[in-house]
Amino acid sequence: MKYALAFATLLATPALAGPDPESLSDGLSAEEWQAVLEAAEGQTVYWNAWGGSTTTNAFIDWVGSRVKEEYGVTLEHVKLSDTADAVSRVLAEQQAGQNEGGAVDMIWINGPNFAAMKGQNLLFGPFAEALPNWQYVDVENKDVQTDFTLPVEGYEAPWAMAQVVFIYDEASLPEPPRSIPALLEWAKANPGRFTFPQPPDFLGSTFLKQALIDLNGGDPALSEPVEAADDYAASTEALWSFIDELTPNLWRQGRAYPQTGPRQLQLIADGEVDIAISFSPGEASTAIANNELPPTARTYVLESGTIGNASFVAIPYNSSVKSGAMVVANFLMSPEAQVRAQDPEVLGYGTVLSMDKLPEADRAAFEALDLGVATLSPAELGKAQPEPHPSWMTKLTEEWIEKHGVKE
Amino acid sequence: MYLPRATLPALTIALLTLPVGLGLFFTLAPALGYMGAPGEAPFMRLMDWPGIAPATRLSLTTGFAATLLSLTITALIAAGWHGTRAFTALQRLLSPLLSVPHAAAAFGLAFLIAPSGWLARALSPWLTGWDRPPDLLIVQDSAGLALIAGLTAKEVPFLLLMLLAARSQTRSEAHARVATTLGYPRAIGWLLVAFPALYAQIRLPVYVVLAYSMSVVDVAMILGPNTPPTLAVQITRWMADPDLSLRGVAAAGALWQLALVLAGLALWRGLEALAARAGTALAMSGRRLPRLNASLRALGLALGLAVALSVLAGLASQALWSVAGYWSFPDALPDTLSLRTWGRHGPMLWPIAVTTLLIATLAALAALALVTGCLEAEARHGFRMGPAGRLILYLPLLIPQIAFLPGLQVLMLTLGLREGLWPVVLSHLTFVLPYTLIALSGPFHAVDTRYFTAAASLGAGPTRRFWRLRLPLLLAPLLTAFAVGFAVSVGQYLPTLLLGGGRVTTLTTEAVALTSGGDRRAIGAYALAQTAAALLPFALALAIPRLMFAGRKGMRGG
Repeated sequence: MKYALAFATLLATPALAGPDPESLSDGLSAEEWQAVLEAAEGQTVYWNAWGGSTTTNAFIDWVGSRVKEEYGVTLEHVKLSDTADAVSRVLAEQQAGQNEGGAVDMIWINGPNFAAMKGQNLLFGPFAEALPNWQYVDVENKDVQTDFTLPVEGYEAPWAMAQVVFIYDEASLPEPPRSIPALLEWAKANPGRFTFPQPPDFLGSTFLKQALIDLNGGDPALSEPVEAADDYAASTEALWSFIDELTPNLWRQGRAYPQTGPRQLQLIADGEVDIAISFSPGEASTAIANNELPPTARTYVLESGTIGNASFVAIPYNSSVKSGAMVVANFLMSPEAQVRAQDPEVLGYGTVLSMDKLPEADRAAFEALDLGVATLSPAELGKAQPEPHPSWMTKLTEEWIEKHGVKE
Repeated sequence: MYLPRATLPALTIALLTLPVGLGLFFTLAPALGYMGAPGEAPFMRLMDWPGIAPATRLSLTTGFAATLLSLTITALIAAGWHGTRAFTALQRLLSPLLSVPHAAAAFGLAFLIAPSGWLARALSPWLTGWDRPPDLLIVQDSAGLALIAGLTAKEVPFLLLMLLAARSQTRSEAHARVATTLGYPRAIGWLLVAFPALYAQIRLPVYVVLAYSMSVVDVAMILGPNTPPTLAVQITRWMADPDLSLRGVAAAGALWQLALVLAGLALWRGLEALAARAGTALAMSGRRLPRLNASLRALGLALGLAVALSVLAGLASQALWSVAGYWSFPDALPDTLSLRTWGRHGPMLWPIAVTTLLIATLAALAALALVTGCLEAEARHGFRMGPAGRLILYLPLLIPQIAFLPGLQVLMLTLGLREGLWPVVLSHLTFVLPYTLIALSGPFHAVDTRYFTAAASLGAGPTRRFWRLRLPLLLAPLLTAFAVGFAVSVGQYLPTLLLGGGRVTTLTTEAVALTSGGDRRAIGAYALAQTAAALLPFALALAIPRLMFAGRKGMRGG
């Protein structure tokens, strides 16, 4: 009752256009959610999300048309070339004292960007676990409550699962190397046919982490901040000797790198490289459908598994349309949006929902999906390895840049 | 309507200097430790970055090489071919290239020259024997050669236009003819006699090219090296880094970039003196150099054609990609053609194109009104724009964008101004104004003043003379100046992104965002739309005077 009252006061005061985070920590009653829906109607939500992928853009566009129909929320996709642009925007607003009516209402975010925003108190919340569709989320088997080992605590809502896969062309490479040492042997025998996005690109840094985990898997130091590691040098020795041996055998002898993940797909299609790293198990199938990869492209994971994490949306503390943003975040976790996102013809992103928790009809919709010719089944993907603490990514990236990023 | 006579010039000067000055201040304050910037000792951290020396060197070498090369090609084309049909043809071929946005041109070039690019595809495997692309570092090479080529391809049309405009202000051609009668071959005579006078006229545009080439971001991201990148690209990356303490380092980098550009300009100035001395020595020696003349002419034509064809072929390749099905190496053409990309992006393209055209129209119109007002005030009241005035005019183009736009964004937020369309239009105006003034001032001063004397003697006052005589006489140049301003606005990336708060989407911000992905089909479609938007007013500028003055041949030029 106390919360309902708080809500009523809130909605009566137009200046406070958003829900009160205090009231969200215990979940929302049906009436309270109804109040959020009413406040959301007519709001325009500016969703800042990376705009480099045609398929993601089309999906966000579809989300926009659905939330408009269903809830009267207008969704505007602010296409970023780098998520950090939005982070710095909110920071600039905080520095300028603009604590209301910020330009960013929702951000597609995870990992270091989330850590930075949460650390600077730039996020609204906790809200995610109060959303109605949270009930379907697979909190038991999917890593949706930590983001790179940082507790999420409801400050961001998960909407897609990602796991590292390697893309290759079956026609030119029938037997791809299924471990990091095997990759090195293969690269030495086939110089110039492999590369990875240049760190600090997210996927490039992920490649470093993946190599680290594959080379000394199970190192408990990885889940702690890197500063706490007793012997950082010993933990990373194998990684750097791998990178040192690999680099001269890379595409362009490691003197140039693709700048982003999707660029690698173009390199495969151009016949310049044979293997690419991806963080989206369905990306290859989708790219085949879009003529961006040859029809013979396939994916694989390493023998001992690959890292996985969740993609989230977060709401900046100074958004004036928090209700609208919550409605969109909730819709993204709905079975309808999740089925569509998993469809390889659309996005091919893994769902965050638990099949066991879904109503029968929704489960059937998931089961009816054809995941696409190049997408591995959940069994083939295996359970994802957990991400190391974000400080590892920062440290590895810094060290890589120092060793290899500026040497020309 | 009565305005104090200095209103428009004062407003124009404010629009040119205030954004730059305030922006610089608010960018640099964090670097100097004011304004509670996150991070400590930004300058120390900047100097500790292991790539600082190579990145600095790269910015200098690529900037100088691109400027020197574009100036040389421009001079050779004019020297060897002025007054010939080939010159007119080359000029026709090059001037539309001025409006091709930098990012689109860079993308086209990258696909053309890459080891798996269009040239290699056309020659493989029948000539080269390649059934896989060779592992050659051509695009993003460590020396920045591809970057230099890309910048040169875009700057030659600009410098050529400036040179053509300057011709009317000097007696260069007459002097060159005298040299010819003294037995100097065409190119040598022009270079020794006409070029020095013309260079004095286009000196500031050349400095603009140098400052721009040293600090460019979008072209350097596409064609430049990455291990490390140029300084400007690295600053942009620091600004975008999730580690917020790097903002201070970015501000320090912006200051370093500014110092670098200023040092570069001083160095160029020194080179000018050396070149002048060498030229004088050559002229005094009396040598006619007929054989060199022939090779210079051939070289000028070849390089001019190479510039034009590389940009045009690049655009053609993007057109092809936008309708390509699967297209693998070494096929010279795609397997299948389809309109799928256009079907997908068409519906999203329209509203974005409308925003782009709206912003460009507003900025170009405002610039045209201000510039015409300034020139008219100058003509009526006898203001003269001295060297200081010309420097102010070029200020927004000489100071690297990356050094003052972020500060402008902070300033706007501090003042509580909302991001959106108007700030974007205003910021575009700062960059559109100089180009509009450059494009219009030559033709404005070239109008025969005896018309006005005659009109005055018939009783027409200054206002009537302006509206009934000056403007109609200037219709063609006014339209051209509008088109130039429009194209400049269409191509703006950083101002649109920063002052629009990400909420104002134009064809350019969209194209550059797509660049970070790898979808060549989508990039092709947006690059074409972007180019079309910039070219549209040029087509109108050609067509409108022809229609309005169908019966009057002398009024159709422009």
